[in-house]
Amino acid sequence: MFKGLIGKKIGMAQIFDEDGVAIPVTLIEAGPCYVTQVRLPEKDGYSAVQLGFEETKPKRLTGGELGHLKRNSLNLPPLRFLREFRVKNPEVSEGDVVKVDVFNVGERVDVVGTSKGRGFQGGVKRYHFKGGPKTHGQSDRHRAPGSRSSGTTPGRVYKGSRGPGHMGNDRVTAQNLKVAIVDPERNLIGVKGAIPGARGGLVLIKEARKQ
Amino acid sequence: MNDLLKSIEAPVNEQIPELHPGDGVSVHVKIKEGGRERIQEFKGTVLYVHRNGANSTFTVRRVASNGIGVERTFPMRSPRIEKVVVERHSKVRRARLFFLRERTGKQARLKQKF
Repeated sequence: MFKGLIGKKIGMAQIFDEDGVAIPVTLIEAGPCYVTQVRLPEKDGYSAVQLGFEETKPKRLTGGELGHLKRNSLNLPPLRFLREFRVKNPEVSEGDVVKVDVFNVGERVDVVGTSKGRGFQGGVKRYHFKGGPKTHGQSDRHRAPGSRSSGTTPGRVYKGSRGPGHMGNDRVTAQNLKVAIVDPERNLIGVKGAIPGARGGLVLIKEARKQ
Repeated sequence: MNDLLKSIEAPVNEQIPELHPGDGVSVHVKIKEGGRERIQEFKGTVLYVHRNGANSTFTVRRVASNGIGVERTFPMRSPRIEKVVVERHSKVRRARLFFLRERTGKQARLKQKF
């Protein structure tokens, strides 16, 4: 069975399990998602399932997007978000509906989100650089990044070196979260622990890769 | 707060009355031992009540037999709490009674409020 969902982070709360142990839970409003396209190796060179989430007004989409949803008499509603999930065998057909009940309480999932943007940040905050000494006559060096590279050899800074720059607003995956709540009536799913991103942010829920 | 979030929160534990710092209380806690469940009493003074909606807690301090202070924090909505009996109210002038930690014996008494 294909397992994957697109949803929106709602927020965190505390619930108690049957033993009375308090567990932190992040609530996600997920689905119903429509299978908008199935990618096959013969045709597309890889296999994946494309899901669509959140109905909107037709005027919010472009003609191409609408045509994609209406093609082959699929007649899906206008959907705001389309995302692909790479899977080995799709096991679903175009037009199918995927709901939160594909996941069961106690299962492990990975949740992909976009982390909160933090703007341009220095090396100390972004990569936990140590900064300079606080005392012994130091001035203006307390949070300095230090040397970027060696001297004449190589004479340049290697690409990908860590340093100050834009932090956050990245795709982040929270792995191996336990499913704590599944409510198919209200399309709600709750996972134990925190997930990336702000409330209202788009998240993808997948089967855990490292079980 | 979001209504959906509110709907999944733990329900209020009706067995816990309104608590105030300085109250002498006896907390009846359900404890699982192997397959059996029994009730354990924890008697002491409420040090402070942490009010945070559904995540509220209260902390009870008790001086054990060998004179060692034991503090235990209970979630206000914990289903493990069978009931809480308030045995006395005390006259206190602050919300957090941390000063009790440094006091023992007669010094640690609080004036009763009726």
